[in-house]
Amino acid sequence: MFDQFDPAEDKMLQVIDNNGIVISKELMPDLSDEEMVKLYKDMLFVRTLDFMIVSYQRQGRVYTYPPNIGQEAIGVAAGAVLRHEDWLVPAFREMGAWLAKGVTMKEIFMFNMGFEEGLKFTEANHVLPFSVPIASQLIHGAGIGYAIKYQKKDEVAMAFVGDGGTSEGDFHEALNFAGVWKVPVIFVIQNNQYAISVPVKMQTASTNLAVKSVAYGIRGLKVDGNDIFAMLAAFRYAHEYARKEQQAVLIEAVTYRKGAHTTSDDPTKYRTTDEEKEWDKKDPLRRMKFFLEKKKLWSDAEEERVTGEYKKEIDRQFIETEETVQYPLEDVLKYTYAEMPQDLRDQQIEHEKFLQWKNARK
Amino acid sequence: MKAMNIVNAVNDALDIKLTEDKNVVVYGEDAGFEGGVFRVTEGLQKKHGVERVFDSPLAESGIAGTAVGMAAAGLRPVIEMQFCGFIYPAFNQIISHITRMHNRSRGNYKMSIVIRLPYGGGINALEHHSESMEAIFAHIPGLKVVVPSTPHDAKGLLISAIESDDPVLFLEPKRIYRAIKQEVSEEKFSVPIGKAKVLSQGTDVTVVAYGAMIREVQKAMVMAKEAGYSVELIDLRTIYPLDKETISASIKKTGRIVFVGEEPRSFGVGSEIMALANEEAFLHLEAPPKRVAAFDVIVPYPRGEHHYMITPDKIFYEIERTIKF
Repeated sequence: MFDQFDPAEDKMLQVIDNNGIVISKELMPDLSDEEMVKLYKDMLFVRTLDFMIVSYQRQGRVYTYPPNIGQEAIGVAAGAVLRHEDWLVPAFREMGAWLAKGVTMKEIFMFNMGFEEGLKFTEANHVLPFSVPIASQLIHGAGIGYAIKYQKKDEVAMAFVGDGGTSEGDFHEALNFAGVWKVPVIFVIQNNQYAISVPVKMQTASTNLAVKSVAYGIRGLKVDGNDIFAMLAAFRYAHEYARKEQQAVLIEAVTYRKGAHTTSDDPTKYRTTDEEKEWDKKDPLRRMKFFLEKKKLWSDAEEERVTGEYKKEIDRQFIETEETVQYPLEDVLKYTYAEMPQDLRDQQIEHEKFLQWKNARK
Repeated sequence: MKAMNIVNAVNDALDIKLTEDKNVVVYGEDAGFEGGVFRVTEGLQKKHGVERVFDSPLAESGIAGTAVGMAAAGLRPVIEMQFCGFIYPAFNQIISHITRMHNRSRGNYKMSIVIRLPYGGGINALEHHSESMEAIFAHIPGLKVVVPSTPHDAKGLLISAIESDDPVLFLEPKRIYRAIKQEVSEEKFSVPIGKAKVLSQGTDVTVVAYGAMIREVQKAMVMAKEAGYSVELIDLRTIYPLDKETISASIKKTGRIVFVGEEPRSFGVGSEIMALANEEAFLHLEAPPKRVAAFDVIVPYPRGEHHYMITPDKIFYEIERTIKF
């Protein structure tokens, strides 16, 4: 597959076209009808959840939020490939993968409501918390890869970054370490065309982003990130390769951030509606829906029913989270160190004395 | 017991931990095959294998960042930054992840990482090879900062650091790497993090110092003794968390405090000691707390360094001024 889609020749792996018609039959991943429907439903769930969180943000019930809309296929395909024991090193826009790994909706809500508790990932195995400093998390992926190899475990790490992140030094250090150490890490670039307002052509003079793999002696693959079958095919192949060969892989998933960078951003300032409409045709859900409808596996009625159920459940859990979350003073202090220094205890005691005084004044 | 210098002692501590804990790995630039530019890790690769003691690519952010991943996956990496002046590319990984991952994951991922860092001046080195920037690191929530001044403490503190579930910046006073030999037990022992040590009891003034400055203070104390002054010397050993109890008890006893450090003076470790003296022992003070530290400048090149380094006579001068205040 790596030779067939050599990024140096700027080839892109694609399985279905914009109308959901299979254009590369031999690359179509082996999936039952139920599995196909599940993939679609997973994407639909992410889109619904994402939409709901944006509306909660507009209502002032969560803080700044980075929407996933348009990029659902990548996270969902990653989630379908990652096993319980595999590692997920997220950036912050791969919700399908978080959910598949066991991050709960309530945790996602808590995080966006302003509680670190949402990053505890109590039911998820081997998921690092979301990373804000761009690309720095990729190096953690290389380190996890080293640990996997050293401990002789059958695990793979998958680490995410955006297109802007490929300009950071840490991107290069991560690929270089993983290349030199020969460790099972899949680096995934979600090339959604923009780093906030800066288009990808201003990030690099390279033909594409996957080709950067060549410099580090690892294999690379450019994939249509809005084609769930292509993403799944690429991830399955890369996962097998990383495990068997103990090698790192770089995957560029070409996609489009249909929404804003975060809820504080206004994309109309830096891109045209013509461009947005062009990408609407490549929307990952739209394409897969065409595909499923042709196979009589999906319908508008089904979509309406399922979306309604999702919304109801999401809202139920959101309200439950709103009603139960708390942030005691203790939580501010007790996690900075595994072993809390006495001085920090003293600072807490000092502050509690102030609080006693404050309460007594009431 | 065996006669060891600080280089031997650090090597011995690493050897002991590598032997007893399979999760310990040691790496950095030149740290594997060659044993580091100061030969601190010499022989460890040969004994423990190339998978456990190894050379990393030349990238400090990569070294620190991979340690985050390794620690998350259950290892206890001991990483080497070749010189204090080379640590800055790793600063983002230290301040954004090593010191935050435990908090960010609400205790889910422990960052059992030791960053070994040769630091300090007085060795006629190139630019970026003589700095004492410990205060920058002591200011970061989530990090513990340790500085031994003797072979015994170097060994015991490093063992504690490797066993700590918190990240530890382990500063090695390279100026005295080989200057002091001491009989050190070959057995495993530890020196607790967060405990200062009263090296000499005295009644007239408390001097707080650490690392390579301890030896300079001790030379000044010979002059002080001749002048009839009784100096109490405290070796901090840990900068954060600071052993406030030991320091404030001593200030209360002597009524005077002089801090000695080779760091730039402003906003430094010394400033914290001054704050401590005022907050904890204000009514016991008989003289203004005093900092003896370096100028707020870049460490000069070798031919100018004698203007910069803190010398025993300068320390004695300030001790006497404080006592005579």
